[in-house]
Amino acid sequence: MDTQYETVIGLEVHVQLRTHSKMFCSCGADYQLMPPNTRVCPVCLALPGTLPVVNSRAVEDAIKIGLALNCKVAETTKFDRKNYAYPDLMKGYQISQYDVPICYDGYMDLPGDPSSRIGIERVHMEEDVARLIHIPGQDGEAGHTLMDVNRAGVPLMEVVSRPDLRTTDQVEAYISNLQMIIRYIDVGTANMEEGSFRCDANVSIRPAGSTKLGAKVEIKNMNRIRAVTRALEYEIARQTEDVKAGNRVVQETRGWDDEVGVTVSQRSKEDAHDYRYFPEPDLPPLRIGASLVDHIRSELPELPALRKDRFQQSWGLPEYDAALLTSSRTTADYFEQVVRSVGAMAKGEMSAFAKETANWLNGEMARHMNNDGTTNVFDTRIRPENLAVLVGRFGRRELNNAGAKQVFGEMYRSGADADDVIEQQGLQQVSDTSELDPVADEVIQANPSAVRDYLGGKKTAVRFLVGQVMKATRALEAEPLMKELFEYRFTEGNGLAGHSFGNLFIAAMSGVTGNFEQAVSESSRVLKVTGRIVPSTLWTFG
Amino acid sequence: MAPGAWTVTGIRAAVAGGDLSAREVCAHYLDRIAATDGRLHAFTTVLREAALARADEVDARRASWRDRPLLGVPIAVKDVICTRGVPTTAGSRILAGYRPPYDATVVSRLLDAGAVIVGKTNCDEFAMGSSTEHSAYGPTRNPWALDRIPGGSSGGAAAAVAAGQAPASIGTDTGGSIRQPAALCGVVGLKPTYGRVSRYGLLAFASSLDQIGPLTWTVADAAAVLQVLAGPDPRDATASTEPPPDLSRLFPGNVRGTRIGVPRVALADGVDPEVLDAFGAALAMLSDRGAEVCDVDLPHMQYAVPVYYLVAPAEASSNLARYDGVRYGHRAKLDGAAAGVSEMYARTRSEGFGAEVKRRIMLGTYALSAGYYDAYYVHAQRVRSLIRNDFDRAFAAVDAVAMPTTPTPAFRIGERIDDPLAMYLGDVFTVSANLTGLPAISLPAGLTQARLPIGFQLVGRPFDEATLLRIGDALERDAPWSDERPPAFA
Repeated sequence: MDTQYETVIGLEVHVQLRTHSKMFCSCGADYQLMPPNTRVCPVCLALPGTLPVVNSRAVEDAIKIGLALNCKVAETTKFDRKNYAYPDLMKGYQISQYDVPICYDGYMDLPGDPSSRIGIERVHMEEDVARLIHIPGQDGEAGHTLMDVNRAGVPLMEVVSRPDLRTTDQVEAYISNLQMIIRYIDVGTANMEEGSFRCDANVSIRPAGSTKLGAKVEIKNMNRIRAVTRALEYEIARQTEDVKAGNRVVQETRGWDDEVGVTVSQRSKEDAHDYRYFPEPDLPPLRIGASLVDHIRSELPELPALRKDRFQQSWGLPEYDAALLTSSRTTADYFEQVVRSVGAMAKGEMSAFAKETANWLNGEMARHMNNDGTTNVFDTRIRPENLAVLVGRFGRRELNNAGAKQVFGEMYRSGADADDVIEQQGLQQVSDTSELDPVADEVIQANPSAVRDYLGGKKTAVRFLVGQVMKATRALEAEPLMKELFEYRFTEGNGLAGHSFGNLFIAAMSGVTGNFEQAVSESSRVLKVTGRIVPSTLWTFG
Repeated sequence: MAPGAWTVTGIRAAVAGGDLSAREVCAHYLDRIAATDGRLHAFTTVLREAALARADEVDARRASWRDRPLLGVPIAVKDVICTRGVPTTAGSRILAGYRPPYDATVVSRLLDAGAVIVGKTNCDEFAMGSSTEHSAYGPTRNPWALDRIPGGSSGGAAAAVAAGQAPASIGTDTGGSIRQPAALCGVVGLKPTYGRVSRYGLLAFASSLDQIGPLTWTVADAAAVLQVLAGPDPRDATASTEPPPDLSRLFPGNVRGTRIGVPRVALADGVDPEVLDAFGAALAMLSDRGAEVCDVDLPHMQYAVPVYYLVAPAEASSNLARYDGVRYGHRAKLDGAAAGVSEMYARTRSEGFGAEVKRRIMLGTYALSAGYYDAYYVHAQRVRSLIRNDFDRAFAAVDAVAMPTTPTPAFRIGERIDDPLAMYLGDVFTVSANLTGLPAISLPAGLTQARLPIGFQLVGRPFDEATLLRIGDALERDAPWSDERPPAFA
């Protein structure tokens, strides 16, 4: 980036809440895995005569988000109608909040960068729209569009930052920290791929040292953190070039094309909608009592940034380990239970035990959970005090690396006690060689350019890599091996560290089918995997 | 008791006591509709089979349903209120053939009370109008003079009661749509306080103004029906959480010491002399019974019509956006596969909506547009508050405010159809109650020399329908016109 110019970025993030029911009716909000149009009622279908009723749980969750972002909470707030016509919008208007958002004037301190405090302008409540599935026409016939109304009316919180972000690193930190906070306070899954966390960016550039804002461009359609940073990098370069060439940046909305890696103009300022906001007459203003706010504040968990600091101080963990552990509230809770289950130790000894526990949780445990789609470590069969036993014995060198992993695997599978497994299995039998390791590694070594392409964001490159692995293992199509293949995780050193084959395969299939959920089921079919594949998110740390 | 004198309370007592069967009562009204509606066109749908089956159900359960407050009472429902499985058109082509999958809260309550729904009544399209001429299904006629309008938008509901096609009907009132047709058809029409009756299932015209209420022959009947309609509803966030008082204890209405205010200044211009005379006569009657009549000042009421015609269309422009042809109702047939969704919207709405609805959607869209919002919508809302303040001040001194319901009796069909402004100005006395949310009732106040009905209106304190009903009952008992029926439908 050119040092002559400064980049100014603000983010608008839509966070879907994981409430039991929708924002304005009693339909279940659990639409993600439901057959189309099975979570609908007259209200969310906007049948004539229906009226909205506010989901009070969603209001509480909005306050939670606001408090976690150090916002003020409005004593009185109201809803407004945002009027525009599109077939995914049932009522012809979206119930949103315009000039009196429920939370306002907060901030987020970026982790690891205490000097950069990002202002939070507002958090407001609104409702999601229906999902449209466009079916292109074939042989010159007109295409058509299918509508799934399940998502319409799901609570959506919009978190708007001030234009305080300056670099894509900050943007990345802001997004992952916001995701972490949402999960910590347990109001949503904050998953970009599944659409429960969506990010639009406003970006402009200005001469370094200037305090005036340049013409801003809004970028939409970015559904991974990587897409956000790539789109911003592209856009910053584009605007810088424009300005250097003596042109003016046009205020407009641009869409990110992830395949091609460019932003494309969607609509200019002149074409901007006039949303004709006005107060929603069907919903009286909401008065939010101080006692409710105090109650919600008192129930907020320790947030990840503070918890990370505490983990570093209490157990001498390196920042990297502490950050990784505290990125999930349940994993952090689990960690605390493991280290608290052992008796008193000398400080150095405790610190070593904590570090070893972190290694196991961030390593083997994360790997196993990622492979079978478990998201909450407490849902595994290994109890914290039992993991403590294994970690203790491994730390005392009673087991070698391979043996300990074997024991862990058995504990994970059956829930058996560490001591019992060690006794029953005998350590000399342990082997950790995978038949797939050499095959996959060979393919990766042999195709460095495809690996680079994939890491550069070119999704189609994975199709090639997967194909090569499939080809090399064609002789091994027996189901157990296919399953193992699917669970295979690329090891360190080849650039795909931590990515599971299963996820790469799903990513590849997404490229083919254009739809993530469909890709999951297609992957199951292609690989003839018994049972349902639950996709795990791509590991984004490290 | 002869069928011609049947009332809601009379029918309920007779059916509960076994003197009449619900079927006999229902058959009488259905026969009457069959015999008269060719001339009147008060109904868009008559539920002959369904109503008789329902009446049989009421008869079969009479023993256990004896206490139900509307046992066996036939009721007609305005066609902007959802009735499960029964066409609900809002008088619009855009909803031709539309059958809602659910009952409005008021319909559920009527059924729970033992009522029999005999049909859906005609109205101006989406309740936008004061004459019922703006129905896509043709106008309704006034039973007192078939060449005249019955008022609107609940014209069908008022005409049906006046012509003895139903002892009661359910209307809706956004700017006078219950009271004005009640006045022009010579029946009782009550607009309850905003929030008194749930709007769930009412096809919204202007959400902050719409209210559902009864049209009946007698004040006691209006009270009996309101008692059933009123009350909290978890499906309507704007419905009051306060349950209504027991309205049956008001009668006979005593007005001794009741203070009635009259905004003299507002009556100075543009009111028909016969209407003014009838208004004065009604006040004199109440005064004779012991009411204290005095003047009140409502200085901002003169702005009520312009304020109303900004607020109501603004909300309507948004409320009617859902009628886009995508999920229900009319959808334009497009030729050529290349036609996009915008063209489908435009053609569907062009074909589906009538001129008056389009006029109001355009007015409202304009009033909410960037650059005009503050000057029109926000300003109108401010004046709305001033009007409410006027009334609040008046109610410190009086218990009710009296005005004529309309400045003139019913005009001829077609007379004002090309002059929307003249039509709008006829709402001068009714729109204030909607803008302020206050309860208001229109009571019969005699006939003109040409034997056209005149209405007497009372506006009350918030949630004080009781006072209006009490005064209304006192007026009704003394009035010489209370037994008058439209001659052609006597």
